[in-house]
Amino acid sequence: MTTMIRVDVQQPDFDLAAEYSMLRDIADNPGAIAIFSGLVRELHDSPAAGQSLTLEHYPGMTEKALKDIAERAADRWPLSVCRIIHRVGTLLPKEQIVLVATASAHRDAAFDAARFIMDYLKTSAPFWKKQVAGAQDYWVESRASDHQAAARWEK
Amino acid sequence: MFRVHYFASLREKLGSAGESLEAADDINTVADLIAVLTRRGGAWNLLADSREVLVAVDQAVADRDQTLNGDEEVAFFPPMTGG
Repeated sequence: MTTMIRVDVQQPDFDLAAEYSMLRDIADNPGAIAIFSGLVRELHDSPAAGQSLTLEHYPGMTEKALKDIAERAADRWPLSVCRIIHRVGTLLPKEQIVLVATASAHRDAAFDAARFIMDYLKTSAPFWKKQVAGAQDYWVESRASDHQAAARWEK
Repeated sequence: MFRVHYFASLREKLGSAGESLEAADDINTVADLIAVLTRRGGAWNLLADSREVLVAVDQAVADRDQTLNGDEEVAFFPPMTGG
């Protein structure tokens, strides 16, 4: 089945309702739409007012990497639409960072594909997070658990 | 000519976002290019650590034994942390 893949890397926020509506409109007889959104977490050990998260990326490669991940999901599950939005720039706690939405005839494919995309996005799309907390700033370290989550799909 | 980019924490440690490097007879692989860069000493030695520094050639993740022709875009960066 042909999957419509749409990928955006952008600074502005996205509208979950508008994206859902778009998927409903363009998907071919969708029985299920799974939507995942990732948000900026608030750190508990420092005042929220001084916190921010800055996302750097590799323009050009980022879009290719996201399309590649979406295509791999589309090869594996019968998806009619696969939508990814990832924000870059400086974000505040509770802001939206990432959206993954998948449309399929049945829920298993929609759920699994969305999770697959998020697991690979974390370890193979060229984004880097820098956390600011008050007077401190530091680059977020990659986590072994994220690599394990992606590796799970290779079994 | 190689178009070389450095990202995130690596960019800050090297004090450079990127540069152009002349192709040379002794640069035939990613590892050869890294050897040229680490000769600068100091923070440039970080590039030798294949666990801490990943490589992309023409915007696709690559191994250090990947062949280079001399006109590629080569990027060095820490493990990704998006999502």
